[in-house]
Amino acid sequence: MIHQEPFVRVVKRTAISKRKVMLFRLIALAGALLAGALLVALLGYDPIQMYSDMVSGALGNSLLAVNRKGVLAFSTSSQATLKIATLLLVTALGLTMAFKMRFWNIGGEGQILVGAISCSYIAIHYGEVWPQWLLLLVMFVVSCIGGGLYGLLPALFKARWGTNETLFTLMLNYIAIHFITYLQYQPTWQIPGTTFPKIRDFAASTRLPMVLGVHVGWIIALMLAVLVYLYFAKTKQGYEVSVVGESANTARYAGMNVSRIILRTMFISGAICGFAGFMQVSGADGSLTTDTASGAGFTSITVAWLSGMNPLLMIIYSIFIAILARGAGRIQTTMGIPKSAADMLIGIILFFMLGVEFFINYRLIFRAGRRGEEAKAI
Amino acid sequence: MENIPSPARAVQNAVEMRNITKTFGSVVANDKVCLMLRQGEILALLGENGSGKTTLMNMLSGIYLQDSGEILICNKPVTIRSPKDAYALGIGMIHQHFKLVDVLTAGENIVLGLQGKRTLNRREINQKVRQIAQKYGFEIDPTKKVYNMAVSEKQTVEIIKALYRGAETLILDEPTAVLTPQETTKLFDVLRMMKAHGKSIIIITHKLNEVMEISDRVAILRKGEYIATVETAATTQQDLTEMMVGRRVKLEIDRPACARGERKLHVTDLTCVSREGVTKLSGVNFDAFGGEILGVAGVAGSGQKELCEAITGLRPLAGGSILYRYQKDAMTIEENIAGMRADQIAHRGVSLAFVPEDRLGMGLVANMNIVDNVILRSYQENRGILINRKKYRPICEKMIKDLDIVTPGLTTPVRRLSGGNVQKVLLGREILSLPQVLLCAYPVRGLDIVSSYRIYSLLNAEKEKGNAVIFIGEDLDVLMDLCDRVMVLCGGQVSGIVDPRTCTKEEIGLMMTRVGDGREGERA
Amino acid sequence: MSSEWTIFLNFINMAVLASTPLLLATLGEILTEKSGNLNLGVEGMMFMGAIASLGAAYYYEKAVLGLGGTPSPVMATLVAVAAAAAAGGLGALIYAFLVVTLRANQNVTGLTLTIFGTGFANFFGELIGKQAGGFVQVSAPTKAMFGIINFGALSDIPVLGSLLFRYNWMVYFGLVVMLAMAFFFNRSRSGLNLRAVGENPATADAAGVNVTRYKYVATITGGALCGLGGMFISMSSTACAGVWVHNSVNGYGWLAVALVIFATWNPSRAWLCGLVFGGLLVVRNYYPIPGLPMQIYAMFPYIATILVLVFASIRQIKEHAQPASCGMNYFREER
Repeated sequence: MIHQEPFVRVVKRTAISKRKVMLFRLIALAGALLAGALLVALLGYDPIQMYSDMVSGALGNSLLAVNRKGVLAFSTSSQATLKIATLLLVTALGLTMAFKMRFWNIGGEGQILVGAISCSYIAIHYGEVWPQWLLLLVMFVVSCIGGGLYGLLPALFKARWGTNETLFTLMLNYIAIHFITYLQYQPTWQIPGTTFPKIRDFAASTRLPMVLGVHVGWIIALMLAVLVYLYFAKTKQGYEVSVVGESANTARYAGMNVSRIILRTMFISGAICGFAGFMQVSGADGSLTTDTASGAGFTSITVAWLSGMNPLLMIIYSIFIAILARGAGRIQTTMGIPKSAADMLIGIILFFMLGVEFFINYRLIFRAGRRGEEAKAI
Repeated sequence: MENIPSPARAVQNAVEMRNITKTFGSVVANDKVCLMLRQGEILALLGENGSGKTTLMNMLSGIYLQDSGEILICNKPVTIRSPKDAYALGIGMIHQHFKLVDVLTAGENIVLGLQGKRTLNRREINQKVRQIAQKYGFEIDPTKKVYNMAVSEKQTVEIIKALYRGAETLILDEPTAVLTPQETTKLFDVLRMMKAHGKSIIIITHKLNEVMEISDRVAILRKGEYIATVETAATTQQDLTEMMVGRRVKLEIDRPACARGERKLHVTDLTCVSREGVTKLSGVNFDAFGGEILGVAGVAGSGQKELCEAITGLRPLAGGSILYRYQKDAMTIEENIAGMRADQIAHRGVSLAFVPEDRLGMGLVANMNIVDNVILRSYQENRGILINRKKYRPICEKMIKDLDIVTPGLTTPVRRLSGGNVQKVLLGREILSLPQVLLCAYPVRGLDIVSSYRIYSLLNAEKEKGNAVIFIGEDLDVLMDLCDRVMVLCGGQVSGIVDPRTCTKEEIGLMMTRVGDGREGERA
Repeated sequence: MSSEWTIFLNFINMAVLASTPLLLATLGEILTEKSGNLNLGVEGMMFMGAIASLGAAYYYEKAVLGLGGTPSPVMATLVAVAAAAAAGGLGALIYAFLVVTLRANQNVTGLTLTIFGTGFANFFGELIGKQAGGFVQVSAPTKAMFGIINFGALSDIPVLGSLLFRYNWMVYFGLVVMLAMAFFFNRSRSGLNLRAVGENPATADAAGVNVTRYKYVATITGGALCGLGGMFISMSSTACAGVWVHNSVNGYGWLAVALVIFATWNPSRAWLCGLVFGGLLVVRNYYPIPGLPMQIYAMFPYIATILVLVFASIRQIKEHAQPASCGMNYFREER
């Protein structure tokens, strides 16, 4: 009973150069974009026009330009892209806090919204009364606390009873969305004089100041990325989070108060997402709708994953995904390709990236040829 | 090693492995190894931990495929690519770590993966299982769920699983590691019965006395290489050790005579109840003195794990007190740490060190490097919010040098290190914290002889410093050679605390299954 | 019959109807998780099934009309079913390939499938709709195939008639699938093998079970069932009823994932618990609590899921737990 030796064997790699890793990842990215191009080509669209329209739609003719008022600012197109990127970056940073602890916080969307709801409350009730500096300060604090508490809730149950956090946080998203719908029907929140279910725009004093044409959140987001990076690389708390994420058993054994670490980290995670909500309300929209988070809670998971939980890489990836998202809106108008193409494309990219991890971690050894060639390995 | 079948004698070799080589990444687990198992014999496969015995047998049972070399069953060349192939060839392996599904019954585990009718006839299956059990002298309840079973019962299920599938060649991997001396005797009776029925058996072990007792021949492996096969009757334990290790090794463990120091730990009436309400420890009393190694013996699951965790604050207590005596600011303090959590104990500055059984799962963070693991105990020392890794690099380098830890570098994650080196990192780190009491659970499990002896000397060094060492072990011979006193646990209670110099192994074996006053011990 | 009874029976009817897409997706995910794969892409697979079935039926009708014939509603239904199962299965195949063969992280892969599936469905829904001159929809006879079956005299039997004979074919189909799965797990040999694969793949592998094959087949079949659940939403549910609505699935997939936990990975419990969820989804139309705003009702299923999650985590019984190896990838040849 002689069987053939298997055609290909899988062996774990012992080491791989950083250059090779980057090469593999770039090939995967290219492959994904190619697959996307193929798909639209099959449907009868021009893929090259699609990609170039996406980029020009997202970034405009030039990134920075002197606008009509004679001031240096981002071009109109890139303003929108930058706002999206800022939202994605901040949310991704918030989620990373939890992910580093292997706490699957899928509730980013809800935490953004609760932060948004909290600061909207202040805007509605004190927007015409308080001075801007006080408004912004209180709104900032309130949004962080709101988001933080919303993130703390599932953490409490996970720490105490091991309740599945993936689904818990997910359910909380929907509760938050429905709560906003409820608010849309509250007279205090509506446009005075109407009964239309829409929350009114907030006073100008509730808005964040702008830098280069975009609300100041983008600068804060960059600073936050550096802060989070340093948190994990250099601080005791960051070390504790990593240990708990790697092995809660070991953390407990080492004398760490694992419950306290889980709660503290999830509060921070939710708070950062809540802050993103504040940025959206006060910086980007000036009001509150069910679309305030616009799926950032989920898309930022993509950003965090693609970046390998590295806060500095997240800056690049959030811009990249923002270009895709904004660009998709443009091609809907110019080429008639539905906006959801962006979601599909992001899905395809992520599929390829997930797949390429395999080749980074493992080697394939092919069976030696008939003439006794050396077994080939990738 | 060539085997030429002579027609006149027609000696069938149940199994023959020729020049088998197997590599994992850069590690050569087996290097041109040859093995021959005669029909109807019991062959012991002897070698230290890490010599490649299990890997070799895994190839025979279809878990791995050899890189080169051939395997012959009953003198016919075969390729074994999966466990299914192995079963088809009549080879059954009983692994050291049981391959059983907890939530299924014994009967279900036994028929798992077998071809047959679409629907299961449980009654028929259970009947057949009982028949096999009766034939060879086992006791088994086919309808019992595995998670309710004691360790020796699980082993029985494993063996019957192989027999149910018509195995003619059986491979047992370290079968006595989890058994009491009495259960080992029972197992050996069963093996002799199987041999009488014409089965061929390979038993992987590193315990020399068992080799001498049960086997017909012994094959020795050393560091992945095949050394020789000898007739058991014609060899001695000393010869076997020399072949295993490659040189003359002193088989005795040092036991330096130290004056007994002051009492460091006074445990009274310790009681622990698990989450499900099962009493794991009940009324445990003992003292640990400086300058002494206290051994803890017992069948797996007698409460050793709970004892360690209760003392180190990783498990809540239901009752009892743990008085810990230590120096702080030139004062002697005796404090009851019972019920305190690990972080609270650490906060108090109590230097109690614990080397747990689960090295990479509890004692260390597998994916982090040596430095990040060493600072696990002491990262709080630095004032402020930052971690000072720089301070620890030279400390780690010194530890690596002092303990002969083999590692590619300081940035390598510890899971890449071999078992012995992992343990050295763990023990080294604990000793760095200058503990008064050092608690070790199965510290030499899975280690090769040289590393094991290294660990013994480290423990003796702690003893000579005047610290108290508590050593939980599974090898009675080691416990009796190394320890000054041995405490025997059975069913969560202390059956007795004896002096190994005057007590016999059999007496301790009895205490492991029967609580002191003659009552049968309950298995966890 | 008194009006209270009528209201109650109508409530049960609607609850059963609302629970069916959940039930199908839940059964599919139970099958997947029993094999050790936690596929969070249920929402995506339901979306894919929803658009595939509607689109396939639409194109079939268009093709037949183009040839000058009359589309047969039965054929259209069969085409829709095949497309839904294929679409859901395709999504699951991508997941299975990434997770089983390429050993990718299960959580992220599942979430990606959701993102992809949602985008896929909305994209094609809009695209086909544009080409159809507005929105995608199928002809009235086909829509009727997915509507309540007319049982004639049977449905007029007091009480029992209303309870048992007021549904569309998918409801009965769901019941059959549930019974088949229960039998599969308890009585069949391959069911036992599958359970072992999900609990302890190393053991199953050593026992000679082809772990890879079981994982693939279970995951893809599970995905096909999720696709069928999506088909219910696009073809049978009152919100859509044969017309594509953007974002139609809208969280049903996640409710199904939660239902798997609620039902402790047991098919027969899934049917019962599905009814409870279905009831929660429609209760506001039949038993409104005075003064409670409509949006709070909408939160009920999500709040219920959270309560279930907490309850399940407090009481942990080994037989009612998630398959021990679910969420982790298995591969031999590991040192």
